[in-house]
Amino acid sequence: MTDLLALTALEAHEAMVAGDLAADEYTAAWKEAAAGDELNAYLWRDEGGEEGRAIAVERDCIAPIAVKDIFTTEGVPTTAGSRILEGYRPPYTSTAVRKLLEAGAPILGKTNMDEFAMGSSNENSAYGPVLNPWDRGRVPGGSSGGSAAVVAGGLAPWAIGTDTGGSIRQPAAFCGIVGLKPTYGAISRYGMIAFASSLDQCGPLTRTVSDAALLLGILQGHDPCDSTSVGIEGGVSLPDREDLSGLRFGVPAELRGDDYDSGVRAVFEQTLKRIEDLGGEIAEVSLPSSEHGISAYYVIAPAEASSNLARYDGVRYGMRAGGDGDLLQMYETTRSEGFGPEVKRRIMLGTYALSSGYYEAYYGQAQKVRTRIAEDFTGAFAGVDFVVTPTAPSVAFGLGEKTDDPLSMYLNDFFTVPMSLAGIPAISIPAGLAEPEGGGPQLPVGFQIAAPAFAEQKLLDAAYALEQGIGFDAKPGDGNG
Amino acid sequence: MAELEAVIGLEIHVQLATKTKMFCGCELSFGDEPNVHTCPVCLAHPGVLPVVNEQAVRYALQIGLALGCEIAPHSIFHRKNYFYPDSPKAYQISQYDIPICGPGRLGEVRIHRAHLEEDAAKTIHVGGSGRIHGSAASLVDFNRGGTPLVEIVTEPDLRGAAEAAEWARLLRETVRQLGVSDVNMEEGSLRVDANVSVRPAGSDQLGTKTELKNMNSFRFLQRGIEAELARQRELVEGGGTVEQETLHFDPASGSLTSLRSKEEAHDYRYFPEPDLVPMAPTEEMLREAREALPELPAARIARYEEMGLASDVALTLAADPRTSGYFENVVEAADGIEPRVLANWVTGELAAALRQAEVEGGAADSRVTPPALATLVRMVQDKKISHGSGKTVLAALVSEGGDPEPIVEREGLAQMSDSNELEAIVEKAMSENADAVEKIREGNNKAIGAIVGAVMRETKGRADGGEVNRLIQEKL
Repeated sequence: MTDLLALTALEAHEAMVAGDLAADEYTAAWKEAAAGDELNAYLWRDEGGEEGRAIAVERDCIAPIAVKDIFTTEGVPTTAGSRILEGYRPPYTSTAVRKLLEAGAPILGKTNMDEFAMGSSNENSAYGPVLNPWDRGRVPGGSSGGSAAVVAGGLAPWAIGTDTGGSIRQPAAFCGIVGLKPTYGAISRYGMIAFASSLDQCGPLTRTVSDAALLLGILQGHDPCDSTSVGIEGGVSLPDREDLSGLRFGVPAELRGDDYDSGVRAVFEQTLKRIEDLGGEIAEVSLPSSEHGISAYYVIAPAEASSNLARYDGVRYGMRAGGDGDLLQMYETTRSEGFGPEVKRRIMLGTYALSSGYYEAYYGQAQKVRTRIAEDFTGAFAGVDFVVTPTAPSVAFGLGEKTDDPLSMYLNDFFTVPMSLAGIPAISIPAGLAEPEGGGPQLPVGFQIAAPAFAEQKLLDAAYALEQGIGFDAKPGDGNG
Repeated sequence: MAELEAVIGLEIHVQLATKTKMFCGCELSFGDEPNVHTCPVCLAHPGVLPVVNEQAVRYALQIGLALGCEIAPHSIFHRKNYFYPDSPKAYQISQYDIPICGPGRLGEVRIHRAHLEEDAAKTIHVGGSGRIHGSAASLVDFNRGGTPLVEIVTEPDLRGAAEAAEWARLLRETVRQLGVSDVNMEEGSLRVDANVSVRPAGSDQLGTKTELKNMNSFRFLQRGIEAELARQRELVEGGGTVEQETLHFDPASGSLTSLRSKEEAHDYRYFPEPDLVPMAPTEEMLREAREALPELPAARIARYEEMGLASDVALTLAADPRTSGYFENVVEAADGIEPRVLANWVTGELAAALRQAEVEGGAADSRVTPPALATLVRMVQDKKISHGSGKTVLAALVSEGGDPEPIVEREGLAQMSDSNELEAIVEKAMSENADAVEKIREGNNKAIGAIVGAVMRETKGRADGGEVNRLIQEKL
């Protein structure tokens, strides 16, 4: 049994195709593993009941998958981590999940997340925080914390999540796995519950870069139901690059400061050396506007969220409270009781930023910054193939450590937000272990590589070569910590 | 105080007659059972996305081209945010600073813009007055929610209630002839709101405007504007000032009630719709829209006026494409007769004959073929038959069709050519109406009618009225 679970998704797929692995046996093993969830990572699991019927696969030939609870699944509870969608069973299935089902990947379950994907620690879930499999006193990152934790914790071979400002990459880094945010538009957003529509993007959380490539290949493509989707021309093939010769990696001067954890910095510098060992070249690049990324992001994302979340009014589906009074009272009570504090904070911020008289000063200004950041990247990519940074400024922090300090929480996205604003693909791969500031057992550190829009194949090829070079093989609970 | 001038602009919502809704695949409908034409998209379930209806874009392009609007190469959808149960997303997808159609003109009125958006669902308030306040419950029918709309906004170029209603009729005819909407005001597929203000005549400043809603016929539109103009005039002449507000017109009482004041106006927090890419009509779409344009009433009216038709006759003909087509066939068949004369026959004598015979439909549907009418008019012009006989023949054509000549022959309506015979009849009529002759001699010229009438009776209308008159005068 343990051997089955040790296979990567790609290895399992190849074994199933070759007839060396019985799909039902393999899926059953994973269902059993998922049932042992002690991390509060799953909000719903397929236990063979009536609920999962609409999302059953005809013939499994791809590893079963865990799906962030932000993707609609017909007949299966879909909450987006919010009280306001408790008990909601969507009447339709998201394009991403439909593609997985059509490819033959059974859905293991729906994973816990920060409410409406707003958060960097998973502590904003209405259903309780997810625990980091490396140290259950620490957060798994967020908002796709459940998806990262199930992959790292041996509760699923792979998973999908969503990334708006770092929500795939940062939890992947905190949990020591691979997380890819594709180019905006590579994967359909249809059925992906919206947080910030111009930033949200679906992507894989996997053990290996090859698994990420396999999954991206299944998910990507234009969808007639999403006008902003375009897909990746030529599709995605499995990476096989062995070195990095001839490739230039740019380190942004503005993102190389010393105001983040020394352990993270050490792993980052060591990874730059590894790149050089593999034949790659390190250069400095300038992204002068990127330091304003967080400010722009925390205007644009809440602005869009304030509009996207206005539909949760208790009229048509989901939770309803205060229905005995008048319309306004029902709206207010439903939303007061249904949304958590972080969601309310962002709705307030976003509503304010879009208000008449403030629009130009906030939303208009933020959009200008966003354009500049995109131009910065275009300029940088004229001289280098990739831009590299640490994924997050620290390793996984303790549960409750930052919940009273939203700004410090927001700064977790410092390295990941610029790529989101620019709409370009970025991957986080585990690069080593580091001791947290203030001491304690060693925890994983992520290394982020960003590429020009739709250069996913090149990005995956380079990440694969680096992954082989690093040879990261630490696992939660195997004595590293 | 200087006289107050009315300044009126209109905002017209046109429901497009596409097969499906603006952003989803649900069928459009009217009068079906509530909430049967819905899907996750138009009910705003979590995770859904809008997709623009291409046919709606094509229709909007046709409307824009018909109104002479500039077409934006890239137009943008915005979200207009507001909470209300008729708006399941809590925002309407509309257009804001870059609409698909920019400035244009229809007749004497400049068009400010025309843009694409989606209709709200229908709310029904039960128990009470039918409005939300005081109702026991509110029901929502999402069948209408998401119907494609084109909103047309004029410049404030109208100067009176009747003028506004007349222009709105021209607009309706224009849109109707494009075939892109049912333009039925009662069913709400055409909705006209009016922005009304007054100012001292000759001023180039705009006064404070109010917005009038719920005028679901042209008559109510005119009455609503009249009522509001009277209210504003009285207010301003009494030294008061107009407050900016939105008013609801009650057609039953003719009264206006305030829906919301300026302070209560919504902050819609418009921002670009991130779920849609900019709308860029292709060259081919533009070409197809241009080719699909029929000749529109405004252009046709201008052409008819150039042909010498009176404005009202031109308007009557141009309003209905089938009648105008019929008229043009008559002109062609008549070859050389003045179009003005033919137009008068189509809108006058023929229309009256059809009414008289209670024939359904217009001239184009009648049994009177364009060549038959042309021949008949020529016979009257050439004095082969009298004008009165012409009407008799027309009545026969309406009921039996065919050509006028056999009818003239059969009914013995050919104009009397023998002036001796006519002279004798005139003399006889004068002697039998001696009192009338006496009155004429005393200066009462109207009395001549009795003698002419007698002659016409005797000749069964075959006599030429002018000739009869001449003979009477001669004999006096």
